[in-house]
Order: sequence, then structure tokens, then C-alpha cells
Amino acid sequence: MEILEAHHISKNYGGVRALKDVTFTAYRGKVNVLVGENGAGKSTLMKILSGSEQPTSGEILLDGEPVHLGSPRDAQARGIGIIHQELSLFPNLSIAENMFAGRELRRGKRFVDSASQRRRTAEVLKRLGQDLDPNTPVGDLPIGQQQLVEIGRALLEDVRVLIMDEPTSALSNHEVDVLFEVMADLREHDVTVIYISHKLDEFRRIGDWVTVFRDGSLVAHESMSRTDTAWIVREMVGRDPDSLYVRNSSPVGEILLQVRGLTVPGPARPLVDDVSLTVRAGEVVGIYGLMGAGRTELVETLMGMRKAATGEVLIKNQAEPKGTVQARMAAGLALVPEDRQRDGLVQSMSVRDNILLATVGRMTRGGLLDGGAEQRTARSKVGELAIKIPGLAVLVTSLSGGNQQKVVLARALLTEPVVLLLDEPTRGIDVGAKAQIAALMADLAAQGFGVLFISSELAEVIAMADRALVMARGRITAEFSSADVTEEALVTASASDSVLEAGS
Amino acid sequence: MTDTHVAPPKSPAAPPEPNPEGNRALAKAALWLLRGRTLVVLVVLVVIFSAISSEYLTQSNLILMTKHVAINAILAIGVTFVILTGGIDLSVGSIAGLASMVCGGLLFTGLAVPGGHLFFSVAVVILIGIVVGALVGAVNGVLVTRFRVAPFIATLGMLYVARGVAQLISDGGTFPDLAGTPARGNQGFHLIGVDSWLGIPVAVWIMIVVAAAAIVVTTKTPFGRRVYAVGGNERAAVLSGIRVNRIKIAVYVISGACAALAGLLLTSELGAAYPDTATTYELNAIAAAVLGGTALAGGRGTIVGTVMGAFVIGFLSDGLVLIGVSTFWQSVVKGAVIVFAVVTEQAQQRLQSSLSKRTA
Repeated sequence: MEILEAHHISKNYGGVRALKDVTFTAYRGKVNVLVGENGAGKSTLMKILSGSEQPTSGEILLDGEPVHLGSPRDAQARGIGIIHQELSLFPNLSIAENMFAGRELRRGKRFVDSASQRRRTAEVLKRLGQDLDPNTPVGDLPIGQQQLVEIGRALLEDVRVLIMDEPTSALSNHEVDVLFEVMADLREHDVTVIYISHKLDEFRRIGDWVTVFRDGSLVAHESMSRTDTAWIVREMVGRDPDSLYVRNSSPVGEILLQVRGLTVPGPARPLVDDVSLTVRAGEVVGIYGLMGAGRTELVETLMGMRKAATGEVLIKNQAEPKGTVQARMAAGLALVPEDRQRDGLVQSMSVRDNILLATVGRMTRGGLLDGGAEQRTARSKVGELAIKIPGLAVLVTSLSGGNQQKVVLARALLTEPVVLLLDEPTRGIDVGAKAQIAALMADLAAQGFGVLFISSELAEVIAMADRALVMARGRITAEFSSADVTEEALVTASASDSVLEAGS
Repeated sequence: MTDTHVAPPKSPAAPPEPNPEGNRALAKAALWLLRGRTLVVLVVLVVIFSAISSEYLTQSNLILMTKHVAINAILAIGVTFVILTGGIDLSVGSIAGLASMVCGGLLFTGLAVPGGHLFFSVAVVILIGIVVGALVGAVNGVLVTRFRVAPFIATLGMLYVARGVAQLISDGGTFPDLAGTPARGNQGFHLIGVDSWLGIPVAVWIMIVVAAAAIVVTTKTPFGRRVYAVGGNERAAVLSGIRVNRIKIAVYVISGACAALAGLLLTSELGAAYPDTATTYELNAIAAAVLGGTALAGGRGTIVGTVMGAFVIGFLSDGLVLIGVSTFWQSVVKGAVIVFAVVTEQAQQRLQSSLSKRTA
């Protein structure tokens, strides 16, 4: 039965049509999954359904009645809640204070009823399976738990329709399980869930209906049981999914990166604990692990952004003892960071300036920047990586996630690395762009680069890595060749405390 | 049942569109006006004041006002470098005062050495003054980077320290005569602050040279690009191999050197060195940068904008004096204009980001 319907919704931004005559139906008490590449229009539609954007034309029906959702408050009053992709929490405030931010429980007229807030927060946390003190500052929580706090905030309200925009992108497998239990529970209580996701293997577990968007249009709408992954991917990208991941098949050459006994101290236990690994020319090595396993810390240390207490890093058989970003970069390492917005992009700069940021020192003639050389270099990388941009001078923030990622990758490649480190290179980007990034990685290996990438997606590690390492609690706990890697083995090793013995 | 839910039917007629191209052109025009708002404000000021007073738009008054602008503009250019990296420099007024006293002392009493006093030529004295400013800036930079002191605090501390040292140099007194003598070979300090060349004060020429150099550095050199990157996203700058600490120290050095130069121009103009020279000038300098569109959060702003901002502040102040507005009201008007500038800056940002989103 329909609860929320969008009829012939179009949305124009200036001359750009973000939504083209979309008619969408969300079914009551079901999990309605929305998929589509970035920029396909899912998020725009959700903004309209949650009141933060107004459609250019078309109407919205709630329980069959036309409604006007003029603001998020309007939508909330009608029981439509939304959890955004980006966290909107206050890191300096406690979990309880965050949950009730802006709608504090009162005692009398002016005083906050902290005790009741804490009690209700504890209830919600219990429902989410989190054993946390409501007084904990949110900033102290790992990002996955922060996401759950965000979800808990929505649960506090009496929602009839809950829109979730990629809530799992930062969650560990266990946290995703918890979230799915919560979603199943909501469904039991006749709450309608609209769920945007990029993770095909995940949403198939929970979704009842799937709606596919492409280029601002709704291209398919189907009961989940009648679809399979291949069908969904085909509808999303308009082509066959077999081409999604390209496996590297180049011959393996000399050792380009050798790490011996790298240890980075942390507050409780070492963040990186006695890690040794090698990456050879022409090889794609994947590191799988859960959130907080020390994977990001490992590559940040390799790149010189963190100091190692002990251990050696050899690049092309040359020890690089300085451990500064400049020295590691000069020796041939380049890192594409996990969090593009925080570590990758200068948001106030153009696409061109972002691409050239690391190598701008070479773009000079007589000490001054050579605009022609800059333009040529940036343009050639844009072409090489097939970055879709309206122009080199536009702000980098106006690009889609996949294209922003390619900008960061282009910058890394311009430093002429021998080993490329990629931390979650496909996070938050759509299937088509994922395939392109995967193809680029294989292509780079074929050109003789060493590629070391981190991923939380099993399918990605299995499909792309010639060799898969697993990290847990700062240590490398397992190593698999592409021939004998399985999802089960990766998951088991990622939860393990045991250390891979040399030679095993 | 699925049949009813497959792809939506095409609507027979295209939905009405409220002429998006026209709106866009309007928005672009508005954005263009907002970007050039400092210039617009300047033109409006000149029109208003020349309507009220016939003396405002005379050659001699324009030259006089521009000379006043020059000193603040040079201070503001230095401060702009710091603000572009996301920092702030509150010590520039005190650095100007310190440089003034160092040079005043060298010209008036000379450097005390065993057996007498040593005097230097004016060029050397000016150079020493600028080096002193640069060194004080370097201390600011080291405090901010190596010792991780917040820029506001580090330079606030320096505001007091540098001013105190300036007073210590003369024990609070004034160096009243900087003309020098032929015997000491140190005549000619009046050249930079009093003299003119081709009918334009030397101070204004110096401002033009400093501004031109700063424009080239910010827009045409890798260093300038890195300054913007550090202010735009420091973490991304680090990961791009930019030596962020060096960039930060460099901008404080530039700011200190500019402050010292401005202090010397002021001293030359006054013909005497007072320990409280350029007190609170840091606020005028920061105001000029902000008026010119420099974002205090860093990463955004231009030297041209800052110079424009300095012109607005200078032409406004002098105009108010000329038409006989009391100093109290001058202060009110100046403050209101600065806040108004930031309000329009916000409007510009909003419009700009909504326009660029639409092209995505």
C-alpha cells in the first residue's frame, strides 16, 4: 500500500535538470531501496520528500492526499524523517545532548531535563545494541557509532517514513547488522523506510522494493525478490556488470615497497603493531579490515603523516628513514586518502589547482607559474582519467564524488609515484565510477606501478586484489592469494587477534 | 502487480519552466556586482563626498588621501598573506612602532659601540628596520608552528612585547630629529615619507611596488598557490607534500616586513619616531583585508581586494573629516561599513555556491 508518492516531479537547478518527471512510490511498512549512480537524482528526490528542496513541478502525496512540504520542519511534523549521508553531530557534546539537540526535554520552562534525556538516550542506544554511556562525548566515538547516534536521533521521533541516505558507508559489518535489525524492527512497527545505498550485497538483504535512478530519471522499479544483482547493476549503469571489476593480470616484478616491523604507538595499544609487508611492481595488494583496525594509520604512516616508533620502510630497495611526507613522496609513494573532503581536496580551489597542488612547483618558467603548462598538464590528466568536468576552472566541490576522487588520484599520479596507496578508493562513489577506479588501478599495475589499497568491501578485495592482507587491532592477521581468498576467510581473519606467523 | 509500478508514463506536455536562463543571468550579474563590491562602495563614497564637499575631488586632496591609504595598504597586504593561511596577525601595529624606534634611534643617536656612536646610511637603516620586522614576524611564525600557539594568542602577545621593546629603546621618549647630518652621512630619511616623484608621493609609489609584488607572488608563484592551499585545507596541503610550517612562518615574516616598512613611511612622514607610532593600526589593516573579501577562515581573498579595502577605509575616514563629521561618528560609520562588507561577502558565497552547484 502506498504511503508517500511523488507524482511527475521535476527539479531544475538553473539550466540543469536534476530530476526529469519522476513518479515514485514508497510502500507502507516496507524497506524501499533507491539505487543509482551519484548525480542520478536520488538525493535530490529525497531532499524534496523531506522538505529541504522544492520541486520545480509535480506534486507529493501522503496517504493519497496532496501535501506541501515547505521545510524540513513541515515534513517532520507529518512524520517524515531523514538521516543524511554526512554526519550532523556536535562532537563536543555528549550522546544524550546530541540526541536532543534543538528539542531538549524541559523541566519547568527553562531548564533542561538532563536525567530524562539520558534515560531515553540509554533506551535508544539499547535498541541499537550499543552499550554506551549517554554522557560520552560524540567526538570520542568511532565514526560508525557516531552514525548510529545519528540514526538514534531519528528514532526518538515518531517517524512514519524514515529516509536514510547511505547510512552504512562508515559502518563495520557488525554495525550494519545492528542497523538492519533496527530497520526490520521499524518495518514490524509499520514504519516505511526509504533507503539509499551503493552497496549491492547489503541492500539485497533488507530491501523489499528497489527503485533505480539514472541521469535524473526513474528507470526501473521492481520487487526485490524479482531482481538479482546483475539486473540492478545493468539498470544502474546501462551495461553489463561483468565489466564492473577488472582484474589485474600483469606479471609481477621486483619489490617496490618493503615494510619491516612498523609500529605506531597509540593511546591504549599500538595503532599499527609490528606490520611487515611487501608490494611488487605490477601487483595489486588489498588490505581488508574493520573500522579501527589500523589500516588508515598504516598508510598514513607510510606516507609520512604519522611518525612510526620503530620499523623500516624501503622503497625500491632504498631505506627512507626521514619519514616526512616530502621525503616519502620523493621516494615514490603517493596516497589517495580515505576522506576526500577532509584530507584530499582544497574546497576553495578549482579543479585545476587541486590537480596540480602537489606538483605546482614544477609548473614554473623563470620562477613564475606557467599558466599554459598548468592548463596542459591538468587537461591531460583529466583526459587520461576521464574526469567529467564542466571546465578546469570550476570549484572542485561542484563535481560528483567519483570525479572528486579522480581529481585526488590525478594529483597523486602527477607526483610520479612507484607505489600508489589508496585508502577506500571507492567509498561514497557510484558503481560506474567504482568500475572506472578499479580499471584504473589494474591499468596502473599493468604499467608497472605497485598498488596497495584498503577496502571494507569484501567483493572489492576479492575481485581486485592479487594478494589480500587482513588487518585487525593494528596487526596483519592473514594473507591470501587471489586463488584462495574467500569472504568467510577475510571476515574470520578480520575479527581475529592472532598474528600471522612468518611463513604461514 | 509490478506492471503498474514500472517506469513512469511520459507526461504529454513538457512541465512549465520559469525561464531558468533568465534567472541565471540575473544571478550572474548580481554575483559580478558582489565580487566588485569594494570598488562599487569606493565609487559611491567618492560620489557622495564630492557632492557634499567641493574640495574632496581635487588633485591635492586625492594625493593626500592616497598617501594616507598607502601606509594602511602596505600593512594590510602583509596581514592578507597571514589571513590567507587561516591565521591572523595582531602585532603589525606594534612591529611598525618597533621598526620606527629602531630606525629613529639609529638615525638620531646611532648605534652605541665602544668609543662612540656608529651611524649608518639611510638605506642601511631602512634595511635594518625591515629586517627587524621580518625577524619579529619569524618569531610569530615559530610560535604558531613549532609551539602550536593559536595565531590570535601568539600575535596578541607580540603586540604587547614589540610595543614594550619599542618603548624600552628610548625609555618611552621620542627621537625628535631624523634629518641626519652630512658628517654622519645619514641624511635623506624624509625621502620615503615626505618627498614626491612625478607629482606622486614616494610612499604611494612604494605601495604600488609592494602591491604589484604581492599580486605576482599570490597569483603567479607556487608559493602563492601553497599559501591558498594551506588556508583552504591544511590537511590536504600536508598530504600534497607542502611544507605547511615553512609557508606559515614565511607569511608571518612577510607580514612583519610589510609592517616595518609601513612604520618607516609613517616615521618619515612625521619626521620623528614616537614609541606609540601606529598603535591600533593592526585593526585598520585587518579591516581592509576583510573589506576586500579576504575570508578570515583562510583560503580566499586577493591582494587587489585588500588594496581596495584600504582605499575604502582611507577615503571614508578622510571624507568624514573633510565634511566635518565628529570622530565619534567616524568610528561608528567605519565599523558599520566593515560589518556590512562581511554581510555582502556571505551573500556572495551563497550565490556563488548555488551557481556552481547548478553546473554540476
